[in-house]
Amino acid sequence: MKLRTMPWAVKSRFLASLGMTSLQFPVMVFLAMASGAAPSLRAQVTPQRLLDSGKEPQNWLMYSGDYAGRRFSALDQINTSNAGMLVPKWAYQTMAGGKFETTALVVDGILYGTGQDNRAFALDARSGRPIWQYQRALPVDIRPCCGRVNRGLAILGDKVFLGTLDAHVIALDAKTGSVVWDVTTVDYRKGYSITLAPLMIKNLVIIGVSGGEYGIRGFIDAYDAATGERKWRFYTVPGPGEPGNETWEGESWKIGGAPAWITGTYDPATNTTFWTTGNPSPSNRGEGRAGDNLYSNSLLALDPETGRLKWYFQFSKHDDHDYDATQVPVIVDQGERHLILQANRNGFFYVIDRTSGKLVSANPFAKVTWSDSKDASGAPIARKDASPTLEGNRVCPGAAGATNWMSPTYDPQTQLFYVTAREQCDVFSTAPQAYEAGHAYYGSAYFPNDDAAPFTGALRALDPNSGKIKWEWKHPSPTWSGVLSTAGGLVFTGDAEGNFIALEAASGKALWHFQCGASVYSSPMSFAIDGKQYVAVAAGSALFTFALP
Amino acid sequence: MPRPNFQRGKLWPRRRRLGFLFGCAVVVACAAAAVTVRAQEKNPFSGDAKAAKVGESQFRANCAFCHGLGARGGGRGPDLTRAQKRHGNADADLFRTINEGVPGTAMPQNGATQQGVGMTEEEIWQVISYIRSVQAKAPAQIPGNAAHGKELFYGSATCSTCHMIEGKGGRLGPDLSTTGSARSTDYLVESVRNPSRRLAQGISEAMKEFSQEYETVTVVTAEGTKFMGVVLNEDHFTLQMMDTREQLHLFEKGKLRSLEKSRESLMPAYDQKMLSDKDLQDLIAYLLGVGAL
Repeated sequence: MKLRTMPWAVKSRFLASLGMTSLQFPVMVFLAMASGAAPSLRAQVTPQRLLDSGKEPQNWLMYSGDYAGRRFSALDQINTSNAGMLVPKWAYQTMAGGKFETTALVVDGILYGTGQDNRAFALDARSGRPIWQYQRALPVDIRPCCGRVNRGLAILGDKVFLGTLDAHVIALDAKTGSVVWDVTTVDYRKGYSITLAPLMIKNLVIIGVSGGEYGIRGFIDAYDAATGERKWRFYTVPGPGEPGNETWEGESWKIGGAPAWITGTYDPATNTTFWTTGNPSPSNRGEGRAGDNLYSNSLLALDPETGRLKWYFQFSKHDDHDYDATQVPVIVDQGERHLILQANRNGFFYVIDRTSGKLVSANPFAKVTWSDSKDASGAPIARKDASPTLEGNRVCPGAAGATNWMSPTYDPQTQLFYVTAREQCDVFSTAPQAYEAGHAYYGSAYFPNDDAAPFTGALRALDPNSGKIKWEWKHPSPTWSGVLSTAGGLVFTGDAEGNFIALEAASGKALWHFQCGASVYSSPMSFAIDGKQYVAVAAGSALFTFALP
Repeated sequence: MPRPNFQRGKLWPRRRRLGFLFGCAVVVACAAAAVTVRAQEKNPFSGDAKAAKVGESQFRANCAFCHGLGARGGGRGPDLTRAQKRHGNADADLFRTINEGVPGTAMPQNGATQQGVGMTEEEIWQVISYIRSVQAKAPAQIPGNAAHGKELFYGSATCSTCHMIEGKGGRLGPDLSTTGSARSTDYLVESVRNPSRRLAQGISEAMKEFSQEYETVTVVTAEGTKFMGVVLNEDHFTLQMMDTREQLHLFEKGKLRSLEKSRESLMPAYDQKMLSDKDLQDLIAYLLGVGAL
């Protein structure tokens, strides 16, 4: 609630709590502005600041930390020699149930985050005290798949941007949380929702949709950050007359899925934005949608000004194992080689030339049984007998994949790519079902197999050159935590047992851990304020921060 | 999509239970809303074979993970083809069980599982139609002599050394008070004849805060003391265990001289010599009878 819209009694109480009368309040604001009271808050996050995010490592300006999607912090105050001394500094509780998946942003001392059920908040990053809180009034009939989650905000100018569970994009005033504009992307009742953090490129808010469980037709949209006006839409399932439409049987393209539910990356040098897409619908039943099903499970290179497709690479053709390619496509340069690295849900670690979209290499980073051969380009090909059957067919990785939406990280110092791997095979079974708008449309069921050994997981350090695993940190069970690397020679990750862990990036040796009391379902980040470095992660319903004593 | 999320070792926030209590309070407060749900006590699709067919698909997608294909119960959920349902037999009972879940068990609230979409009211009724189409017409005559089964449990079969039923028995193995109704008969037989095949609760217990599998563990402390027992919980850094003398031990793994885990159950495999087929049948009759189905 903004101060000026507060009822008088509330306003008096609010000001009294600050030790002020309503007469004093404007005076105080004026004095603060005039004296440039510390910490100085720069009002505007310009497109240039986003491009130069590496110059201000104290801030975390976008979901993956930088346009390359590396989730790497150049801060090194916390390092291999002192990480063992880390202590919790503050926690912020959303008091909401369900998975808390946010990656916070930090800009000039203010932390912006999102919570379950489309909560958003701004905190004093030094103390954790809220500056404003927002919660969207969601329609009662939304049934988003997989939890009422959100993974974060984007920021530009004096606004933060939120994708909502009822498929709106809204701009909030960064200082007050007031809604500046609110646009409907599509009718949520058909099964669409938005859970990702938007990506800002120049003056555009770029988002994609979730809904691969409903037979939606996926798309990626760009909106004018100032007005909310839609500038372009790219359908991830091409319509009649468009290239790729022939990869769908009959009318199946209309409900083809291919949602884009993880934040993309951006290469300013070529003015190209990279987005990834999820499963074709129905996810585990290929009957009725014969063909490759473009552009499901693909990497898309788009022109951010127009949404024009420059090239695509499809990881899992005609997928029937729910192998969404919605993992952050990480931009890495190695000398003259301009690459995209992606550890895919299907169990392969792909290295792709991002100028051409051609495959460089694909090597398994987890147990894989769906493919046992490669085509001439080196891309893995699905085994004919790996498809789900009515009785069930055991395939690895399982339905949750060898990894999932949790972010990987690329550390330019070790030149290693770190990813959360899940070792879990499942029995895939079909469940034939008619499409009905807005109703779940899996065409599938899945079961844990009867393996004697329990599911496990690991943080794996992959060498992009060889595709080999350099080291691994074993998790007792598969985790949904992402990974952060820092210039202090550290990687941070969480586990399903509730630990937040600091490891030596070069060796995988654990240097520190903290028990958060609930599974980590988020990807960590780092920031600094007053010259002090913090690491933050969401777990349970709390956002935790850690720093040196 | 990130739908599947069943895993062992997960800590489920305690807050969820409080949330449930709060939810109940809201339901009581909003009596008007409750009436609209209660108004429909009968399945609108009752006897509709087409609805049962649609319900089968919904069942496979939403329920079969624990209850098995064909609703016969996997290693994780009750056999729903039995005529008796522990939490009520009427249509309205089944609807409530599916929609609201069963607190204190692995049965989650519809749509609140963090995986999958959940079902609409219509889809729940279709699932109920499916369950009705596959379940036995009348309560099965349980073969075997339950009274003799009870004697075996507390006597010569020595089950109660490690297992508790309704407050009486040992602590080292799982409490079996509700196991008869919560697992299929095949699973019970397998658990007695071949307990290591699938440990206590299978490989996952979907919605429990954490799943105890009763893995066997042997540790040697820094001082050289050896303990053998079962894992109650563990993470990468710590272990919480009960030894064979029912003593709790809480360890930091890094400080132990050695730690070995095994998925060979501490429970002996009861072969024909130890427990005849007839005695096993009596024992299962007893297990099925406790918890007053």
